Amino acid sequence: MQEFVQYLFSGVTNGAVYAVIALGFSMLYSSTRLINFAQGEFVMIGALSVISFWKGLKLPLPLAFAGAVGVAALAGLLLDRLAIRKVKKPHPIVLVIITVGASILLRGVAMIVWGKDAHGSPSFSDSPPFEFLGATLLPQSLWILFITLMVVAGLHIFHRKSLTGRAMVACAISKKAAAIVGIPTERMVQLAFAMSAAMGGIGGVLIAPISMSSYDVGMNLGLKGFCAAMIGGLGSSWGAILGGLLLGILEALGVGFLSSGLKDAVAFVLLLLILYFRPSGILGKAAVERF
Amino acid sequence: MRYLIIIAAATAAGFGLSSPYLLQLITFIGINTLLALGLNMLMGYAGQISLGHAAFFGLGAYTTGVLTVHYHWSPWAALAAAIILTVIVAFLIALPLLQLSGFYLGMGTLGFGMIANVVFRQWSALTGGDSGLVGIPSLDLGPVSLSSSRNYLLLVWAVVTLFIFLCERLIDSRIGRALKAVHDSERAASSMGIDTGRLKVQIFVLSALMAAIAGFLYAHFVSFISPGTFDFIFSVRLVTMVVIGGMASIWGSLLGAAVLTLLPEALGFFAQYEMIVYGLVLIVIMIVLPQGLFRGIQDIYGQTKFSGQSPSAGSKD
Repeated sequence: MQEFVQYLFSGVTNGAVYAVIALGFSMLYSSTRLINFAQGEFVMIGALSVISFWKGLKLPLPLAFAGAVGVAALAGLLLDRLAIRKVKKPHPIVLVIITVGASILLRGVAMIVWGKDAHGSPSFSDSPPFEFLGATLLPQSLWILFITLMVVAGLHIFHRKSLTGRAMVACAISKKAAAIVGIPTERMVQLAFAMSAAMGGIGGVLIAPISMSSYDVGMNLGLKGFCAAMIGGLGSSWGAILGGLLLGILEALGVGFLSSGLKDAVAFVLLLLILYFRPSGILGKAAVERF
Repeated sequence: MRYLIIIAAATAAGFGLSSPYLLQLITFIGINTLLALGLNMLMGYAGQISLGHAAFFGLGAYTTGVLTVHYHWSPWAALAAAIILTVIVAFLIALPLLQLSGFYLGMGTLGFGMIANVVFRQWSALTGGDSGLVGIPSLDLGPVSLSSSRNYLLLVWAVVTLFIFLCERLIDSRIGRALKAVHDSERAASSMGIDTGRLKVQIFVLSALMAAIAGFLYAHFVSFISPGTFDFIFSVRLVTMVVIGGMASIWGSLLGAAVLTLLPEALGFFAQYEMIVYGLVLIVIMIVLPQGLFRGIQDIYGQTKFSGQSPSAGSKD
C-alpha cells in the first residue's frame, strides 16, 4: 500500500507536467487545427532557460521563471511569423513538416547555446522531503501541482472573462464567423502560438528540478504530452489535464509494478487503446470545440 | 524509357565507382528510396500518413536478423518470414484504425512505432537490446556472392527498379484510379461503390511490406542492427523524404530519398551547425516548394520553357 501511494505521488507530479504540455498542444490545435511537433522543444527551451537564468545569471526565481517562459513564448511567436505564416497554401502535411523542421532547428540552436551536457536544477524551495500518507513527498511536487493549478485557473479565467480570451474561443469555434464579427484572427493565431509555447515553457521550468535537462529531452516530453492530449481529447482543456494526470499515474504504476524499461511504452499503449475504443479522447466529442 | 535510366545509372555507379564510401552511400539511397516509395503510396495516393514506418523497417530487419543469427535460417527463408509477419502486423494495426477518417491512422502508427522501438530495446534475449544484433550474414544468390559493395548495390537497385515498375503499374490500374478518387474525396468515392476502408488497408499493408523488404536488405548489408536506427526520428525522416520529394510522385520518392540521404553528408561541413541548417532547409523547401521538389522543379522548368518561346507569354499575370 505504501508503494502504491509513492507511485501515485510521483505519477501525479509527472502527470501535472504532462498536463501542462498537453494544454499547449490542445490550445494550439483548437485555434489552428495544427499539431505542433516542435512543442517538445519549447519545453526543453523553458527548462534550459530557467537553469541559465536562475543558476547561471543568479536572477531571482520568479524572474528566471518568467524569463524562461518568455523565451519559449518568443520562440513560438517566431515559428508562427517566420515560418507558418509564410506558407501560401496551408496544407496540413506541409505545416507538419515545417514544425518538424522547426523542432530540428530549435534543437540545433539549443545544442550550440547549452552544449550537449545535461544540466540539473535545484528545487524551487530548500525544504527537505517530508512524509505524507506513509510515502515521501518532494516539496517540488507540491510546487508543480500548485503552479499547474494556477495555470489551469488562469487559463479558465482568461477564456471566460477576458475579451481576448473569449475572442480566442470564438476563433476556435469558427474562424470565419469570428472574422465576420471583427476579431483579428491572424493575431489570435499568433497569440495561440505564443501561449501554447509558453505552456510548454512552463512545463519545462517545472520539470527542470526533478530531471536532468539537455538539448534533446524535448522530443520525448513532447510526444508524451501529445499522447496525454490525445487521450484526454485533443482540443479540450480539461481533457489535456485529465489525460496528463492519467498518463503520469499509469506510467508510474507501470514502472513500479511492471518494469522500468516499459515506461516509455505506457503512453503509446494508452494512445492506441484510446484510438481503438474512443478516438476522440475521453473528454473528446463533448468538448472538442470549446475551451 | 525511364527504367533504362535507372538501370544504366545504377550499373554505371556499380561498375564505375570504386570508392566503398560512395558505393555504400548509393546503396543507402536505394534502400531509402524503397522506403520512401512505399510510404508515398500510402501518403500521396491513399492520403494517409504513417508516423511509425521505421517500425516496419525494423520489423523486417530484426526478423531476418534474429532468424539468421539465432536460428541459422537461410536469409531467403527469413525474408519470407519477415514478409508474412509484417503483413499480419500491418493488418492488425490498420483494420481498426482505417475505419476512421482523418489523421487517426497517423496517430496510431505513431503509437505503434514507439511501442515497436521499446520492444526492440527491451526484448534483449532475442534482439540484443540496446547493444544490437551482430553477425547478420551477407547474402548470396546461388553461386553469386552478394557480399561485395558493388554487387549489393546492384541487388538493392534491382529491387528498387522492380518496385518502381510495380507501383507505376498499380497507379495506372483500376486500383490506382480508385486511390485517386479516395484521395480527392472519400465520400464521393465510396458513394461510387469503392470499398475505401479495404483499399486503404491494402495500400497500408503494401507500404509496410516494402518497408520490411528494405529492412531485410539493410540488415544483410550492414550486418549489425540496433534499435537506435528504427526510432521516431527515422520515421519522421521518411515522411520528410516523401513530402520534400513530392507526394503522389514515384520519381519524387527517389528524389526525396536521394536529397535527404545526401544532405546530412553534405552538411557535415557545417559541423555543429548541421542541425540548424537541416531544419532551415526543411522549412524553406516547404515554404517555397510545398508540393515537393519534383513538382517544383517541373513547374520551374515549365515556366522557363514558356518564357523562352515568346516575350509576352513569359509574364504569367
